[in-house]
Amino acid sequence: MPTTLDNLPPSAGATGSDKVHAADLPRGMALPVFNPDFKAAAHLSSADDLLHAAHENSIVKKWYDRRNLLATDLPDGDGLRALAGNIKAHTLDHLDYYLEQFEANVIKNGGHVHFASNAEEANQLVVQIAKQTNSKLVVKSKSMVSEETELNHALIAAGIETVETDLGELIVQVANDHPSHLVYPIIHMRAKQIGEVFAKFFKVPFTDDPQVLAEMARVYLRERFNTADMGVSGVNFGVAETGSIVICTNEGNGRMCTSRMRVHVALMGMEKLIPRFQDLPVFLKLLARSAAGQPLTQYSNIITGPKRAGEFDGPEEFHVVIMDNGRSRILASDYRDTLRCIRCGACLNACPIYRKVGGHTYGSIYPGPIGALITPLFNGLEHHEHLPQATSLCGACYEACPVKINIPEMLIAMKGDLKLVGKVPWYEKWVFRMWTIGLKSKFAYVLGQKMQRFAMRHLFKSKDGWVTKLPGPAKGWTEVRDFPQPPKKSFRELWKERRQNSV
Amino acid sequence: MNVSLFVTCLGDLFSPDVGIATVKVLEHFGCTVDFPDDQTCCGQPQYNNGYPGEARTLAERMIRVFKNSQYVVTPSGSCCAMVREHYPVLFKDDKQWENDALEFVAKTYELVEFLTKVLKADITGLALPKPMAVTYHFTCHTRGLHMNESPAINILKNLGNATFVPLDKFDQCCGFGGTFAIKYTDISAAIVKDKVTCGNATHADVMIVNDAGCAMNIGGACHRYGAQFKPQHLAQLLAAAIDNKQH
Repeated sequence: MPTTLDNLPPSAGATGSDKVHAADLPRGMALPVFNPDFKAAAHLSSADDLLHAAHENSIVKKWYDRRNLLATDLPDGDGLRALAGNIKAHTLDHLDYYLEQFEANVIKNGGHVHFASNAEEANQLVVQIAKQTNSKLVVKSKSMVSEETELNHALIAAGIETVETDLGELIVQVANDHPSHLVYPIIHMRAKQIGEVFAKFFKVPFTDDPQVLAEMARVYLRERFNTADMGVSGVNFGVAETGSIVICTNEGNGRMCTSRMRVHVALMGMEKLIPRFQDLPVFLKLLARSAAGQPLTQYSNIITGPKRAGEFDGPEEFHVVIMDNGRSRILASDYRDTLRCIRCGACLNACPIYRKVGGHTYGSIYPGPIGALITPLFNGLEHHEHLPQATSLCGACYEACPVKINIPEMLIAMKGDLKLVGKVPWYEKWVFRMWTIGLKSKFAYVLGQKMQRFAMRHLFKSKDGWVTKLPGPAKGWTEVRDFPQPPKKSFRELWKERRQNSV
Repeated sequence: MNVSLFVTCLGDLFSPDVGIATVKVLEHFGCTVDFPDDQTCCGQPQYNNGYPGEARTLAERMIRVFKNSQYVVTPSGSCCAMVREHYPVLFKDDKQWENDALEFVAKTYELVEFLTKVLKADITGLALPKPMAVTYHFTCHTRGLHMNESPAINILKNLGNATFVPLDKFDQCCGFGGTFAIKYTDISAAIVKDKVTCGNATHADVMIVNDAGCAMNIGGACHRYGAQFKPQHLAQLLAAAIDNKQH
């Protein structure tokens, strides 16, 4: 039986003993993992010059476009982000109320609402709707929730043909690959690779001309749109006050998938609500600017129910499937702010680690800084121990986030949680404790300085004042760069001399 | 104006000349500088690695050491950000410590921030001993101070004999990140190599790097792979200009 509102925790403002720690979160793999070994993947991708070049020409450029646009285009970009963050925080604090309001309004508008507690239930619901409506061909616009559930596999296994209509997602589907970015699925692919995939799929001679490839997809998709029975979409924002859903795309496939077919099923993470219609412009102003450095997506569709009596266009049936899949547990935890996320991908574009390793390295469908937090939250920290640690804590993600999720602070908290799941070697804890003791007394600190200086100037292998080989756990440093030797005199020694000389 | 210098554990051992330069700069702009020599470390490595208890121990010590200071100034953006961003978290709702902690937070500044916001230092008339092309790396923790690249770049643009050249991807991390550099060596190496490549492309003599960790990381990569530029702290350039004026 699908979850009802009765099963949602009374988590508005949960504190103290109600709080759920990362170690208590569900062990089941709520997200599909296609690459469990982060370090091995990072070893390869961090040396992939072609991947880095692809990122330079796309997401790095979008980062600076975003930065410029927010500074020049809006009277108070930072203030707007704070407002968006507060609206989301408020919504999460009263999520039970807003979900009830949203459901009532969708039904009032002639739609249907279903609650899915996990991926399996969500897939069953969508397959059921397809069977009940005699839908043989489903067209999909982008839905990250459907990637969570691997919906396409479930539909195809039930004998229902399913076609992705976002060009990037279509290429991913046809190539049997995985998306590597929240918003730009094929940022890891070159035109040549796409050409090879399309040549095989469409059974045509190879070309890597992007215009020709796009036209091939367009002609193919046009025919699919014309004959499809059901459209499946994601939801960028659900408006509780009106029971509307909002879909933003640059390609217009969001509109095509949701207007021409008899049935429209929208998959929505339960956290994607905003309270009122008048709150929507706050998010529309920030979404495309953050994701793409452009003021608005080409198409922003606001859908408030199925075709009504007297209307020409629109599906006859409109369904919203609201997904939990672990979100309610995250809501009750110290990491509830991650549920503010509007899946813009700005943090990916900002991140120096993402820029160098790419989305596939993170191993599941949510990469980058937000993925480093939510993948362990969905699947269990012990399965993804490297994700919260592979950060330089540079803070660019926090600067990027349109809803002000303090990702660095939560990464630090999650690193602390690693101890609770036994992923911190005993000697590391010992090193940090001893180190702290050494810093508590001036005498121990100065002695430590002198020992370090002696070792680095006289014991370790060095050249021209630079250590070229550090021992033990520090050896990683000198594998790839030199380490400066401490000068003969420390600052405190020079200060003392300076004082003596001036007296 | 009485200023206590917070030289930082890395600065004390690895870049004492930056500490001396910081003192020179502050004195030039009218400050009386002291150095409470009981200081050790702000606790940033402990905090960043998920040891808040240990970080808290060191934070309490820092607050005590600087109890009588009017202003606390550090050449390190990351240590200043540790105090300003994370000490309020460490001492939140602590009836015994919160007031002292917030007082310490309110009087702690990074050098460029202090020069710009508090001293409103006028660097007219200061010039480097000889002409130099200079570029600027935006150290990540400057974000935590709610500063962008403008204050430092304005100083560089107004400094005599310094020609400012913008750095491509100036706000991209250098790849240090403390233990990140030794735990995730591959990724850290790719990031720092990118920084050195961008630096070389400016043909600058000096890259301004206002944080000891970044300077050690970038400097170490420059030495290993070869670079046309040298990382230096802005304090060192200003101190050189001050010395130049006095001769």
